[in-house]
Amino acid sequence: MATAYKEEPEAAPQSATFVNIGERTNVTGSAAFKKLIMAGDYARAVEVARQQVENGAQIIDVNMDEGLLDAEAAMTTFLKLIAAEPDIARVPVMVDSSKWSVIEAGLKCVSGKPIVNSISMKEGEAAFLDQARKVMAYGAAVVVMAFDETGQADTKERKVEICERAYKLLTGIGFPPEDIIFDPNIFAIATGIDEHRRYAIDFIEATREIKARCPHVHISGGLSNLSFSFRGNEPVRRAMHSVFLYHAIPAGMDMGIVNAGQLDIYDEIDPELRDACEDVILDRRDDATDRLIALAERFRGSDPAAEKQAQEWRGWPVAKRLEHALVKGIDAYVIDDTEEARLQFPRPIEVIEGPLMDGMNVVGDLFGSGKMFLPQVVKSARVMKKAVAHLLPFIEAEKDPNARGKGRIVMATVKGDVHDIGKNIVGVVLQCNGFEVIDLGVMVPWTKILETANENDADMIGLSGLITPSLDEMVTVAEEMKRAGMTMPLLIGGATTSKVHTALRIDQAYDGPVIHVLDASRAVGVASTLVSDTLTQEFVDKTAADYAAVRAARENKGQNELLPIAEARARRFKADFAHKPPAPLQPGVHRFDDWPIAKLREFIDWTPFFRAWELAGTYPAILDDAVVGESARGLFADANAMLDTIIAEGWLTARGVAGLWPCRREGDDIILKPLPFRGGDGVGPVISSTPDQTVPTPNPSPEGEGLIRLPMLRQQMAKSTAKANMCLADFIDPAGDWIGGFTVAIHGADPHLARFKEGHDDYSDILLKALTDRLAEAFAEAMHQHVRTTLWGYAAGEQLTNEALIKEQYRGIRPAPGYPACPDHSLKPILFDLLGPAPAGATLTESFAMLPTSAVSGFYFGHPDASYFGVARIGRDQLENYAGRRGIELAQAERWLRPNLD
Amino acid sequence: MIKSEAAARLRAETAKRILLTDGAFGTMIQSYRLTEADYRGSLDLGHDQKGNNDLLALTQPHVVAEITEAYLDAGSDIVSTNTFNANAISQADYGAEHLVRDINIASAQIARDAARTAEAADGRPRFVAGALGPTNKTLSLSPDVNDPGFRAVSFDELKAVYREQADALLDGGVDFILIETIFDTLNAKAGILAAIEAGEARGTEVPLMISFTITDMSGRNLSGHSIESFWASVRHARPLTIGLNCSFGAPQLRPSVTALSPIADALLMAYPNAGLPNDLGAYDETPETTASFMAEWANEGLVNIVGGCCGTTPDHIRAMAHAVAGKAPRAIPTARRQTFLAGLDPMRIAA
Repeated sequence: MATAYKEEPEAAPQSATFVNIGERTNVTGSAAFKKLIMAGDYARAVEVARQQVENGAQIIDVNMDEGLLDAEAAMTTFLKLIAAEPDIARVPVMVDSSKWSVIEAGLKCVSGKPIVNSISMKEGEAAFLDQARKVMAYGAAVVVMAFDETGQADTKERKVEICERAYKLLTGIGFPPEDIIFDPNIFAIATGIDEHRRYAIDFIEATREIKARCPHVHISGGLSNLSFSFRGNEPVRRAMHSVFLYHAIPAGMDMGIVNAGQLDIYDEIDPELRDACEDVILDRRDDATDRLIALAERFRGSDPAAEKQAQEWRGWPVAKRLEHALVKGIDAYVIDDTEEARLQFPRPIEVIEGPLMDGMNVVGDLFGSGKMFLPQVVKSARVMKKAVAHLLPFIEAEKDPNARGKGRIVMATVKGDVHDIGKNIVGVVLQCNGFEVIDLGVMVPWTKILETANENDADMIGLSGLITPSLDEMVTVAEEMKRAGMTMPLLIGGATTSKVHTALRIDQAYDGPVIHVLDASRAVGVASTLVSDTLTQEFVDKTAADYAAVRAARENKGQNELLPIAEARARRFKADFAHKPPAPLQPGVHRFDDWPIAKLREFIDWTPFFRAWELAGTYPAILDDAVVGESARGLFADANAMLDTIIAEGWLTARGVAGLWPCRREGDDIILKPLPFRGGDGVGPVISSTPDQTVPTPNPSPEGEGLIRLPMLRQQMAKSTAKANMCLADFIDPAGDWIGGFTVAIHGADPHLARFKEGHDDYSDILLKALTDRLAEAFAEAMHQHVRTTLWGYAAGEQLTNEALIKEQYRGIRPAPGYPACPDHSLKPILFDLLGPAPAGATLTESFAMLPTSAVSGFYFGHPDASYFGVARIGRDQLENYAGRRGIELAQAERWLRPNLD
Repeated sequence: MIKSEAAARLRAETAKRILLTDGAFGTMIQSYRLTEADYRGSLDLGHDQKGNNDLLALTQPHVVAEITEAYLDAGSDIVSTNTFNANAISQADYGAEHLVRDINIASAQIARDAARTAEAADGRPRFVAGALGPTNKTLSLSPDVNDPGFRAVSFDELKAVYREQADALLDGGVDFILIETIFDTLNAKAGILAAIEAGEARGTEVPLMISFTITDMSGRNLSGHSIESFWASVRHARPLTIGLNCSFGAPQLRPSVTALSPIADALLMAYPNAGLPNDLGAYDETPETTASFMAEWANEGLVNIVGGCCGTTPDHIRAMAHAVAGKAPRAIPTARRQTFLAGLDPMRIAA
């Protein structure tokens, strides 16, 4: 059942990292489907498509290539029929045929943007380009087979050569590169024929090379060929497919024709079988095929779980066993136990209402009384989710309209924001307490939030966000809810949100109750009160009064505490530029494409990690804490075990870029001169095959010459003492100085997160997200040290412990755009452009959130007096002046700097 | 392929300000209270011609010219041809399908002449859009509930119908082809292909204006597409403008406009109805009200070109021109190099 790499269906309407193409509506791949089509039973054939989409296929492949069929008629009939089924038609179609006439007939029936599968250079360049032009005119993407005039590509060299040639031809006629999907041919391995031994590894290596040489393309392949030698032995085939994807996805394979039901979780494959599959796929030993064949018989129909010995609690009655599993977070037997309980109860829902809820109540009590902590609760939730997932089909079968639970809440991270650790924790905690949570995932537009809430008759909506532009988006959601005449409560949470902002802006925008929820532990109390018959009104009134008081207090504070900007500038920080740092040893931009994760580990600051799990205390003291110590130790052990696996199995890649540029101060601006890419240096393995020599000029300075203007904001609060009104530009010498910038990002978590989600494993999901966040911060720390000691080199002799690093006992700062000293997130695109296209492989959303989520960027200031500060509130005068310097409309500046204007 | 000079001029104008397209023809024609005999003129046609508005280009050309001139006077920078139903499928209902080419050429010439005169008078560039309606047949839906696989028209038939109309409009001198009121995305794709093939045959670029309409309150059209999945489905046309028209009025279009604005790397043109018709089928929304919605959109930086559809008049256009004057046009975003597929829902694949 478990699928290794499927994206979470409800979280993936917008984007996906590995796209699962359904193969069940393909007469060449499914005997059952072929039978239905041959018999003209289109009604049941349509059901096959529906099931496929329900099971998580994100695209459905339709193929009618069968000698005895009129393929054009079958293709058009079937496509017209599924167009009438919104449940199916919501996903894109892949029109699959080896005959162009069938493809073109299909394209005339598909209303969205489909994919053509496939075209190739088999018949020469002219025919290939003719078909490609038609694909473009019909508005489709295309799969290009690695096939040329001389035949199908089998070696790595041929695959790469053909694909690159096709790429140049296609882009030459204006075909969008992002609409090209290469299929470099997956062939059967372990056939006993020596020439076939490298087929899998050649595909993987070719994939990596094609991705490097042909920007923006995707790589796809049909998986079932691979294990053709083992047909009839499903466990071995499943293991081979999973192991293959495990290696091919990191190499860049991002689509596949895969039967979602026929994959195993890589970690759960028997290690002996897994190793044998790996030997064959990676061609690691001469006798690999023989060994896998020998082993295969043993795994035919095997069940490794049954081999594990029963422990004492396994002898208890089933209800007791479920409770034990829930409290201890043991998921090994939960499916079997749930099934056993299901057979004992008259109705499957009673298993949930009975033993499972009893168990969760124990967990809830322990959590409520502080005897259990979030990490364990999340582990318990994993067990619960698996049990419920098992029961769901049975419950669906009898459709009980009353099974609504305590209340229904729609949750979403708002549009433009990609952060969801906190939201996921709140979701889990609410679910544990009997709420039904509809989680829309991240980057959710307001239309979707409103629509889902209304369609599902939700009791409330919960919004989450981490970056400051999300605050504005939350106001938009509130305004649109008001516009739509909604009245359900709106819950606000997430790191940048605050009671003050909620009271001042969101509460004002919406007529229904708006509640700021400080952290996950408050969520249950708030949500329960809001669905209560008796407590709601009092709570809502009290909160509204509370927010009105906040607003009144703000008003009374008045506006007189700000200095005019000219006065604030006169009170600027006067740095002694006799002590400014020397010119860098290695100016320009430096790229590090694989900084070893093992080296980052020692730089991790663990305190925020525990805070993410709502465990209060400072590392390492927290491990011995009387209250949370035990929980913290367990979490710390799990985190380190996962880190071991991350490093051993190479899950993650740390990519970073740092640049150092000459600059000078001009007023509150920093004028800098971009320098070209210089290549990497010795710390991490360096990829510099295509150094980017172009010098970008974002936000050009009027002085011209390719100079770039970085406007900075200045504190305007009235200060009674001789303290300066700080601005980052104050640390830069008007007579000439240096500034740096960086982006670091941790890549590769997505397939693992998808796998955890698929396995209903929220604990591992949140753990991995929290760890990649920590690794990104650790990387920022490590990179800064490398800059201080080597690239810039002003602190060559620096010797600091990690504790000292955490306490920032070094010279220089690295403020990030969007944080207090430099609150304008929109400086990120300028910084990114300076560092080269998609620096460290990171990109920005429309609200300037970084993708991947675990990424850090910022500027380097080297002056010994450079320090962090908060710009805080600024006046209209500075806002207007800033908009001019930044070259943007006032309204735009207002939107970007909203949190600094209230 | 010769590049379109008119497209370049339109882009240059839209960089400076928000432009105005025109308003409704039908509403204005009604005010002339024409009889069947007026519609028919001297043509020898079998069917009742009352209501065949497109035919007026041949039988009452002064009516079409006066309405076009009224919009130009009111401030329209773009005028569209009165050819919403001037296609072989719709004209077949009047037994006038053999006149399709003549109607379109005549309509294009009327609009061209009026635009040329207005441009000569004040030096401000004017443009002519040749309008292609959706026809009354749909490629995505079956008209027979018992046979969901049936279609009343085929892709190739519809493409040929559009091609005939587009060729005639281009021969008559239009600057752009406007595929409007798109309730079926596949119909629009047939129209796009017809325009591409027309351009290839003529050896000149045929700039496309593409305009979606929503037919239900969830923001989808009849074939089930949201504005985002629609954009994914038609952006291969690299249109000069993309946007929405008709539907239930500006407030109902707004979510789609706000969703489209940040993702479409084309000029955004929106021209809603004057609200919803009242019980008598007339539109009550005042010019000031419609104009205030347009001003709101302009303030939010959502639009490059605005105008009106059903129920709007030259007064509406004049009020809009006044309301958006001096407001900054929408900045066109750069498209992400990202695979953007669609079924009924959009699907992006990370690079």
